[in-house]
Amino acid sequence: MQPFTTLTGIAAPLPIPNVDTDKIIPARFLKTIKRSGLGKNLFDAMRYRADGSEDPDFILNREPYRRAEILVAGPNFGCGSSREHAPWALLDFGIRCVIAPGFADIFYNNCFKNGILPIKLPPAICDALMEDAKLGANARLMIDLERQVVVRPNGEEIRFEIDPFRKHCLLHGLDDIGQTLAHAAKIDAYEAKRRAAEPWLFA
Amino acid sequence: MGEGTAPRTLFDKIWDSHVVERLPDGTCILYIDRHLVHEVTSPQAFEGLRMAGRRVRRPDATFAVADHNVPTSDRSKGIDEPESRLQVETLESNVAEFGVPYFPLQDARQGIVHIVGPEQGISQPGLTIVCGDSHTSTHGALGALAFGIGTSEVEHVLATQTLLQKPAKNMLIEVQGRLPFGCTAKDLILAIIGRIGTAGGTGHVIEYAGEAIRDLDMAGRMTVCNMSIEAGARAGLVAPDEKTFAYLNGRPYAPKGEAWDRAVAYWKTLPSDPGARYDTTVTLKADEIVPLVTWGTSPEDVVPITGAVPDPDSETTEARRAAKRRMLEYMGLTPGTRMQDVAVDVVFIGSCTNGRIEDLRAAAAVAKGRKVAGGVRAMVVPGSGLVKRQAEAEGLDRVFREAGFEWREAGCSMCLGMNADQLKPGQRCASTSNRNFEGRQGPGGRTHLMSPAMAAAAAVTGRLTDVRELVT
Repeated sequence: MQPFTTLTGIAAPLPIPNVDTDKIIPARFLKTIKRSGLGKNLFDAMRYRADGSEDPDFILNREPYRRAEILVAGPNFGCGSSREHAPWALLDFGIRCVIAPGFADIFYNNCFKNGILPIKLPPAICDALMEDAKLGANARLMIDLERQVVVRPNGEEIRFEIDPFRKHCLLHGLDDIGQTLAHAAKIDAYEAKRRAAEPWLFA
Repeated sequence: MGEGTAPRTLFDKIWDSHVVERLPDGTCILYIDRHLVHEVTSPQAFEGLRMAGRRVRRPDATFAVADHNVPTSDRSKGIDEPESRLQVETLESNVAEFGVPYFPLQDARQGIVHIVGPEQGISQPGLTIVCGDSHTSTHGALGALAFGIGTSEVEHVLATQTLLQKPAKNMLIEVQGRLPFGCTAKDLILAIIGRIGTAGGTGHVIEYAGEAIRDLDMAGRMTVCNMSIEAGARAGLVAPDEKTFAYLNGRPYAPKGEAWDRAVAYWKTLPSDPGARYDTTVTLKADEIVPLVTWGTSPEDVVPITGAVPDPDSETTEARRAAKRRMLEYMGLTPGTRMQDVAVDVVFIGSCTNGRIEDLRAAAAVAKGRKVAGGVRAMVVPGSGLVKRQAEAEGLDRVFREAGFEWREAGCSMCLGMNADQLKPGQRCASTSNRNFEGRQGPGGRTHLMSPAMAAAAAVTGRLTDVRELVT
């Protein structure tokens, strides 16, 4: 996983509540056996017209937002399915940070597994960042994960909270599985205890 | 939560008994008892194992079935669609390589993973159950802590039989009294989502309790827990009771003989202790619930079938007004239209929410002796091959066929439109599934969520219908 330390980039505004995972990547694009290549269908229904051409009204079809690396979104972003294809599609497009007043739990969790930083901030602050994101060529935000701040175009710093373990993994691009397997002896011991108590759960 | 004498909730008890280790910041290595795997969210996880030279730690605790994009028409000659076929073939080669038990497409036990787990007795009280699918919350109906995970976590569970998790908050939803005539578990959960909203349960595990929940059969409890995710909660729970034990007794993967007695004795210790603390409590009165349908593109957009399409101008903020206007435009509805005047093109009865035998019986009771309205396509998709077989043994397939419904093979089907079962742009569907998101059942498709009986009523009248007018 690519580490996340600092990111300076274009922030795109998406002021829609309850953006669900079907909106992020519709189910018919989940028939892949790979993680890559989903970016072209990110926000497919909003991004393309019925004839397959780009809808010029959609934010990510406009300059400079085609190069957006940050998304400023509405409440309950990523609700719906557990499909990790949603963060994969965002990442494949180039989005590495989503800022919103709230996220659905599974989506939030899936972001961290892919080097995407989801930042939860109070609605009023998100509103201000949403205005920043509308500044076109000046819609640049800086994210510093180590210091836990978002830096606005006017230089103001906004602090955000993040779980220390997740921060550590993201900063260093750590693989969860490798870390858990460092506790393999504990897992073995736990399993042996359960096997003795509930043998019917083991074949 | 410690393991001392403080009263604990059902969630606390399952959580505490599965913590392998607590890391310094409170993150826990949580042991996973049962891992269900399907074709859509697993290929990248198996690929990750292969690349790292890892094995599946407990194939005996892992169960695979293809459901999301399998065809529900005749499949004796295999799968036509190349991408779907590749995904199912990839699952088949992965389960063979890693030694994971698998119910193939031709096996009567094949079906939607959340129907199959309980049906086979794989899902049991007190277990932790995960699957790369958000509707894993279904299995909470048996008193298991069951939740959906992403593909990276699927790989993590395959490799370690654990997950890194922090405990959720406890939410109690108590539904007092009895559901009135014509109301089902589906109306109950839609009422709950309408009340707390699609983010109402975020960060929580919901325990459903109260007379109306106790009164539900296991199928109804599964319907309720299934849609916990639509209320924002990763998991829903119902305390195990005699109905739970009776449901599980004799199922293929349930404990047998002396092990059964030991298991039941343990399961009886699981219900929340008196005085256990919940972070959030919500109370509903079941007798105030009426048959509900959704009007918008979020499951929280519920309205009584006797009601009308709401007016966006009644919303309190401009953002909410804009969102509702966008929904009405997408749904092709105008404020004030009576819900019962809304005509439908398609009816879908099935899904992990409402694809069990009890659901098909309820729909058949309405369809019996009636005909699907002209111009309406109505389909019934059993949740598993065994549900299909049972329905056929009871003659329900004949009832449906004679009324003009399509009788199909088991799978997720039009709930998410990954296979050929999709709405066409602009088509309106009365659906027993769980999500009415834009494009969920096919690009441009319009979904109204409701109970199986209500969907059957819509099929025979050709419009959204109050089922209480058709049954007595």
